[in-house]
Amino acid sequence: MLLTINGKKRRLDVPPMTRLLDVLREHCGLTGTKEGCGEGECGACTVLVDGVAADSCLVPAAQVEGCEVVTIEGAAAKPWGTALQNAFVEHGGAQCGICTPGMIMAALPLKAGASRDEIKTALAGNLCRCTGYISIFNSVEAGLKTRLPRRAKVTRARRR
Amino acid sequence: MLAKEPTLTPIAGCTDVLVGLHFGTTDQRHFIDLWGLDELRGIANLKVLRIGALATFTDIIASPLVRKRVPMLVAAAREVGGAQIQNRGTLGGNIANASPAGDTLPVLAAAGAVIVLRSASGERRVPLAEFYTGYRASVRQPDELITAVEIAPINGHQWWRKVGTRRAQAISKIMMAGVRGRQVRVALGSVAPTVVLATNAAAVLAGGGSVADAQAALHQEISPIDDLRSTGEYRQRVAANLLAEFWRETNA
Repeated sequence: MLLTINGKKRRLDVPPMTRLLDVLREHCGLTGTKEGCGEGECGACTVLVDGVAADSCLVPAAQVEGCEVVTIEGAAAKPWGTALQNAFVEHGGAQCGICTPGMIMAALPLKAGASRDEIKTALAGNLCRCTGYISIFNSVEAGLKTRLPRRAKVTRARRR
Repeated sequence: MLAKEPTLTPIAGCTDVLVGLHFGTTDQRHFIDLWGLDELRGIANLKVLRIGALATFTDIIASPLVRKRVPMLVAAAREVGGAQIQNRGTLGGNIANASPAGDTLPVLAAAGAVIVLRSASGERRVPLAEFYTGYRASVRQPDELITAVEIAPINGHQWWRKVGTRRAQAISKIMMAGVRGRQVRVALGSVAPTVVLATNAAAVLAGGGSVADAQAALHQEISPIDDLRSTGEYRQRVAANLLAEFWRETNA
């Protein structure tokens, strides 16, 4: 199958029901995406599929054929991802760190001036057992303020 | 294909299917992927509101049509998992998965929704209240696909409440949807093997009976169990409280 991961076209030969999470970690060596619960409860494995946040443990490989997948590695390589990462460092948004890539990926589709409520809604599917969330919300708020104009395109029309 | 290979399981957002596969809790191994069928994704206002089976919870939340016509469905969709699940999970999947805790099912029952089933030999419509025959069992035949949900205009106030451990990302302990207009309809989830349309309790309320009498009728209509999320006793008590809350917070 063909798909784009972090802007690079990839050809992969995997069984159709392989979890996107395993495609990324095992087949592509992109271990920044973390496995937490494996059942859509924790959001640690969040990636963007055609600009839309999804738990990669719940997306079969067959459904990302022709899609554009962005992982934390891809986000980190762009100014808009770096801004969020830096904000997490500055505002204590990460402690043990296992939820952090998912938190950042879930926050990426947010608009620059997103309100606290919008941030909470976007991150409602992400669990953190360390921080108590306040410093995560603060980090996202700060990161969105410093962020350059958004480049993550949120397309809803083209979904496979 | 479904007619020729009845063991095929149709899949869409996979938010339940992949969990079953990964943890070995499903025997299903043959799947037919519907995710790419944009024809089943639309939300349209014909004589009735028609929501394609592949409409995701995010689609439902964003739809001005659904917001206007069935706000309780929007409220339920907002409480399905988090954004990641809402972006992938579909209305048709919620129905087909047939979980007693399916978040949209009480809403669809209270709304008098009709399930559109299609096979190679034709199309038929089944009211949601008659769709389930037992725990995770429905009248859907192996060669039939859920293609859409149809909801006729709803008269009266719509009410929805989900009780879980946490506002987001929680499987419900109990939930109730209600409509109070010319007719009264009350439906509950997580209180029986399948969604319950509490017709007796609703009839008491509609007939001007007391809330206490309606609660007594409701007590007989549900059969909640003890499980890892809650107890039967708690669910009975909260169901009664929810019924009172519904009646207090709405008017004809």
